[in-house]
Amino acid sequence: MKKSSSAQGLVWFIALIAAIAMPWVFYNYHTGRQSGFVISMLSQMGMMSILALSYNMLLGQAGLFSFCHAVFFGIGGYATIHFLNLAGDGSLPIPLELVPVLSGLSGLGLAVVFGYMATKQRATAFAMITLGIGELMTTAALMFHHFFGGEGGVNTNRMIGHSLFGFKYGPAIQVYYLIVGWTVISALLMLYLTRTPLGRMANASRDNFERVQFVGYDPRMVRFLQFVLSGFFAGIGGGLYAITYEIVTFDALAAPLSANALLMAYIGGSAAFGGPIVGAVLITLLQSGVSLMSNSWLVYVGVLFIAMVIFAPQGVMGLIAAHGPIVRAGRFTPLLVPYLRVILPALIMVLGFVGVVELASFLTIGAAQGKTLVLFGNKIDEHTVMPWLAAFAFLVVGTLWFRIEARSFRKVWDGLMGELNPERGVA
Amino acid sequence: MTDTALSLRNVNKSFGQTEIIRGVNLDIRTGERHAIIGPNGAGKTTLFNLISGRFPLSSGEIELHGTRVDGLPPHRINRMGLSRSFQITSIFHRLSVFENLRCALLWSMGYRYSFWTPLWRQRELNEKTYRMLEELNLTSRRDTPAGLLSYADQRALEIGMTIAGGASVILLDEPTAGMSNTETDNAVALIRRVSKDKTLVMVEHDMKVVFDLADIITVLVYGQVIASGPPQTVRANPAVQEAYLGALAA
Repeated sequence: MKKSSSAQGLVWFIALIAAIAMPWVFYNYHTGRQSGFVISMLSQMGMMSILALSYNMLLGQAGLFSFCHAVFFGIGGYATIHFLNLAGDGSLPIPLELVPVLSGLSGLGLAVVFGYMATKQRATAFAMITLGIGELMTTAALMFHHFFGGEGGVNTNRMIGHSLFGFKYGPAIQVYYLIVGWTVISALLMLYLTRTPLGRMANASRDNFERVQFVGYDPRMVRFLQFVLSGFFAGIGGGLYAITYEIVTFDALAAPLSANALLMAYIGGSAAFGGPIVGAVLITLLQSGVSLMSNSWLVYVGVLFIAMVIFAPQGVMGLIAAHGPIVRAGRFTPLLVPYLRVILPALIMVLGFVGVVELASFLTIGAAQGKTLVLFGNKIDEHTVMPWLAAFAFLVVGTLWFRIEARSFRKVWDGLMGELNPERGVA
Repeated sequence: MTDTALSLRNVNKSFGQTEIIRGVNLDIRTGERHAIIGPNGAGKTTLFNLISGRFPLSSGEIELHGTRVDGLPPHRINRMGLSRSFQITSIFHRLSVFENLRCALLWSMGYRYSFWTPLWRQRELNEKTYRMLEELNLTSRRDTPAGLLSYADQRALEIGMTIAGGASVILLDEPTAGMSNTETDNAVALIRRVSKDKTLVMVEHDMKVVFDLADIITVLVYGQVIASGPPQTVRANPAVQEAYLGALAA
């Protein structure tokens, strides 16, 4: 127990070092600047990590399925724009580094109001109420121009000329490090919360809300407090968003972002504390990276999500954790060859799938945009038969082959599990 | 403190048209070990659900140490010193055995909804949890998720969580159901140990357990008390023999 948790700490520490070093890996010596694209992507990863972690305070830790989490992120963002505008004209004396505290409090304030309604219920009824709250706030954002600025949103200038450390926060790299700092602080605070009486009772009410009442706790109060605190952290994420982009529109509180929070927490693994961070990094990579290359990146996110829900409901972290006992017992070697044998057909299958999706997309959207499909420097005409045939052949052959290999992999895996866990039998 | 721990006055409960509990009057004295027996469907578990606040009464009054508790939510009744177990094991299945017991201790030790207290540094709380583990013979299963425990161990944990908070009135709903003979003996010994100086009310089908543990037996048939008293009296009661014990013997 002790040993594995300190090993985990080390991994996260290395990840933090990587996050700090990453902009310098992509330093461009010709322009003397870091890559703007990389910094923007890394910044996004930071705020999405906070959003996903705070979402997981509900999903993973309290068993609450919320569809309105972006509302608190968004309100943190909107409020921050107004705080920055006030700070900019000198009527709010606060250094930029501490503005996210106000953003968090804005999220918390709104979460008190909506949490009071939503946490009266649990399970499906809770989810329905949050769905309603999400719609309500999206509409409100378009109706109340004074605060939300309508469709165009509200904007600001983050260079308020007030900093604890004397930074101007003009260059994106400075803002990025502010985000890193707040991501670490928020993540540590949220980790701390999981080890307090409230955090533990949230787990308990996730497992069995009824029993919670018979050990003296009001499960509604547990849900409410957990909801409010998660709203606080979502607000911090939104504040960083506002500081980064200097503009907030209703996208920042609308349903797609709420869905994203869910996706990230789920794909990363909601059972592990760090899972949502993994999910946030992965989804942001897909969003920023793959969206550059392909119009259909959302298709891939969707398919990934479906595949995860079906085959790995514990998420990426769950997959990793499943290997823990095997590696610790020094029995990973027997898995190496089966893994290679699974990965090869999987790659072929994925290639075929990507081929089909891209061909289809170029036939429709691509044509409208006047783009041409380029693969390894060769132009490919999606109106000819060959590429389609090839893609489908890859997909079909890959899938069939994968199924065979997956079955034999399963056998090896079950054998190992039975060997390591004789009393529980085949997992 | 009054001599009566739990007092039911003309308690009724209907689900729609069906009357499950019909005018139950019952006094349970402080420190008593009280068994409620009766055929299936007699309303024993429903009675527990009424006392513990899980269901609202249709009419009547329930007093705990002289204070009205009917109409209060379960967590309030629990805080007043009444704790119950469940016939179908009700634990936090993804949390470890240790965490389950610690959760059951939290409120009674005054932690409330604290989100600032670091649990790992609460010496007294953690030591108390370890002592509970010891008492329940679950020390070796400390880190096992409760959902993966054997049935008998889960039942022991269920009892442990019920008594952990130090409630003075304990309701146990079929604590030995589904256990082998040895497991039942262990469970009886455990119940005897943990119910010392407490008021114990239990629903039980195993007559051996009932006559072993109970000072007073109440027989419930179709939602009505047909007899209540010391084991010998109840055993000799012709109405009981006909309605229940006789039916079992036949």
